Amino acid sequence: MSQLICKDLSLGYEGNAVLSGLSFTVDAGDYLCIVGENGSGKSTLMKTILGLQKALGGTIEWGDGLKENEIGYLPQQTLVQRDFPATVWEIVLSGCQSHTGRRPWYSREEKELARQNMARMGITEFTGRCYRQLSGGQQQRVLLARALCATRKILLLDEPVSGLDPKVTAEMYALIESLNREGITIIMVSHDLNAALQYASRVLHVGREIFFGSVEDYRSSAFARRFLVPEGGEEHA
Amino acid sequence: MLETLKMYLQLFYVQNALIVGVLIALCSSLLGVTLVLKRFSFIGDGLSHVAFGAMAIAGVLHLNNDMLFVLPFTVLTAVLLLRGGRNARVQGDAAIAMISVGALAIGYLLRSLFPTSSNVSGDVCTSLFGSMSILTLSQTEVWLCTVLSILTVVIFLFFYNKIFAVTFDEDFARASGTKAETYNLLIAIMIAVIIVLAMNLVGSLLISALIIFPAMSAMQVFRSFKGVTICSAVLSVSCALTGMLISILGSTPVGSTIVAVDIAVFLIFVLIARLGRKGR
Repeated sequence: MSQLICKDLSLGYEGNAVLSGLSFTVDAGDYLCIVGENGSGKSTLMKTILGLQKALGGTIEWGDGLKENEIGYLPQQTLVQRDFPATVWEIVLSGCQSHTGRRPWYSREEKELARQNMARMGITEFTGRCYRQLSGGQQQRVLLARALCATRKILLLDEPVSGLDPKVTAEMYALIESLNREGITIIMVSHDLNAALQYASRVLHVGREIFFGSVEDYRSSAFARRFLVPEGGEEHA
Repeated sequence: MLETLKMYLQLFYVQNALIVGVLIALCSSLLGVTLVLKRFSFIGDGLSHVAFGAMAIAGVLHLNNDMLFVLPFTVLTAVLLLRGGRNARVQGDAAIAMISVGALAIGYLLRSLFPTSSNVSGDVCTSLFGSMSILTLSQTEVWLCTVLSILTVVIFLFFYNKIFAVTFDEDFARASGTKAETYNLLIAIMIAVIIVLAMNLVGSLLISALIIFPAMSAMQVFRSFKGVTICSAVLSVSCALTGMLISILGSTPVGSTIVAVDIAVFLIFVLIARLGRKGR
């Protein structure tokens, strides 16, 4: 069943389209990786899907009973967050914000949900710790736990491993894969093409030319041959 | 010295000033953390100058109660600044600098052209640095200050979790369905109200200090948002109280005395944070 249907999207800023004629669908349980060169409009696409920015044309539809406030989002870290005084608990709990509506406090169920998601991400021991004192990988887990509080169905990840060392990167990918196995749809923006092909089930390549299809088709396409030139002889096939 | 203090504390207008001062200090400190973290501090500074300009216009119009004019005027500017910040042709910080300096200049010009008393520079000094205006508040102003500060505190407490979410990560909040624009607007309006209130206490040039120093001090030592917010409120209230008492006893200007106490506390907290780091 389709959770997200994008038809003939064109994206960009102030009327200048970065991308146009973009059509794709995301089904429940998919692991879609959005790849493309820098400046190809990956992040713009992400922001448009999230409703942070208006599309210049085309439509975005949510299916499968998904509501606007049921999307989990892992943004790229901002400067503000780097020295923000907040505990891990305060941040994870803020993921439940969309469920509270007009209620000014968090209910017992919401606190329980936050606790469960922290256990799921293995960060229970950091509950009272200050966010800015954690390592990059630990911070990503905190933000992932927060995203899980906002959704049960779909996660949108924007460059989830940028700035992480290789070991932590592998752990992060494993964590995302396990969430996908639990049935959560993953849409991930990444410039790490090799890793993307290792874990994803579908690929959306954006840029001057657009590719959308399964990983297998992508590998055998003319695209992959051009972009998959192994960097330093490294191939994850 | 205690005798003098006792005598002053029995005076009705001194009691009024202390109550209003404490309330203003309380609500100005609450939003300080958000202001600093959202990189909104410069908006606070700009708005305080706009409030000065508005006060000059109120003076020209010979209004009895200038707060009733200055308040909506400043709130409106806050809303416009926030709106324009996103898609303005002039860059956000430059626009704010232009508006704030412009308001200051026009304000002084108006006051010089249409003097309300013989001592123009004294008047201007009062509204820039507060001097004694907190002691000369009318009964209506005292009530207005009290009601507005309590309202600000209540609204802050009511929306505390939402303000946290929007401050920490606006994009995430918006993506998961929180109406971030509405809360940004609410924050801007609250800042404007606080600035107009605080103008009575410390004058328009020193308002930013009242908002930012307690938050920055608290951020040196505390690690949770809640801890920082509570600490900042406690610091702000005690600094304001100490500053007011010192100024009564030593006949120093109220506003700058309070800010001086705030600065001293900030330095102490920086020192505590340094020592704490060494100890670990």
